[in-house]
Amino acid sequence: MKKTLLAAAIAGTAMFSTSALAADYKIDTEGQHAFIEFKINHLGYSWLYGRFNDFEGSFSYDEDAPENASVNVTIDTASVDTNHAERDKHLRGEDFLNVSKFPQATFKSTKYVPDDDDEGEGTLYGDFTLNGVTKEIAIEVEHVGAGEDPWGGFRRGFSGEVDLTLADYNIDYNLGPAAKEVELELSIEGVRQ
Amino acid sequence: MFRNTSKRYGLVSILIHWLSALIVFGLFALGWWMLTLTYYDQWYRLGPWWHKSFGTCLLILTVLRVLWVMANPKPAALGNRIEVIGAKLGHALLYLLLFTVMISGYLISTADGSSISVFDLFSVPATLTDLPSQEDIAGEVHWYSALALVILAGGHGLAALKHHFINQDTTLVRMFGKTERK
Repeated sequence: MKKTLLAAAIAGTAMFSTSALAADYKIDTEGQHAFIEFKINHLGYSWLYGRFNDFEGSFSYDEDAPENASVNVTIDTASVDTNHAERDKHLRGEDFLNVSKFPQATFKSTKYVPDDDDEGEGTLYGDFTLNGVTKEIAIEVEHVGAGEDPWGGFRRGFSGEVDLTLADYNIDYNLGPAAKEVELELSIEGVRQ
Repeated sequence: MFRNTSKRYGLVSILIHWLSALIVFGLFALGWWMLTLTYYDQWYRLGPWWHKSFGTCLLILTVLRVLWVMANPKPAALGNRIEVIGAKLGHALLYLLLFTVMISGYLISTADGSSISVFDLFSVPATLTDLPSQEDIAGEVHWYSALALVILAGGHGLAALKHHFINQDTTLVRMFGKTERK
């Protein structure tokens, strides 16, 4: 009798945790545990960092079937912040992000391919729209961790990196040969819904 | 000689007037031109540096000008009643636009808390910072008020020429320190 109960309890826990793994997550922009940062080379001499302060999104992830993962993110391009008001004003203008015409950048994933040799890593493919231009990009993703938080919720986080060529998005302002690409650095934490 | 009387403008008022005119049109031209510069132009950084330095000087000059106007008599405006009222309104609007242009310009560059360097001699610190979209809104205000200012200043000049050639009064020559034509 005792054994049966124990077995039932274990089975129940296993079922519970299996269903808990396939879930939808809301990116925690409210608690500010998510960052969309970028870096671009300045003249070939140093790295300039910036970020988008306002964005929202969600993802779905199943640890047992990571290939089914999907992500949706919408970025408010006017929230670009490089810690320099004059430069930010220029970035929002027609030479760069054109934010009055294209106030949003979006990413919608199309497929996720986990790495064969490292199950915590993979490549996330999707359509990225910036400055009104949509291109398929491939983000190198690393699963950072997941688990219960101290306040009764369940969280999961990833980091990601992707190089974008500015000219692909009709941003052709000449910043020099070392600054034709910008690297997006993503740090995304989601709270399970 | 330096102060105004009820008949004539003194040297201080005359110099401030023409110096302001020169700086206003110079800054407008420089501001417009520097927007066309690209990253690798020598003037990409020099243009804004001169623009902000001279702009700050104009702000100081304009504050002193207002104090000087308040402390001095003013030669009576010439023309009929409508012209006199029009002139007063126009002049008030010129002052209003001057301050709007200069304050909005200041709010662009100081939106992130940076100070403005004036000829690398001294800096003007930021005061109002981090308002929502501060540099973008201030930028729009700066451009349109500057445009309005040079258009109104152009009209101000045309009005002076009209006084000189059509009314044939002393409005224009007074700004060169004379009290009579010829």
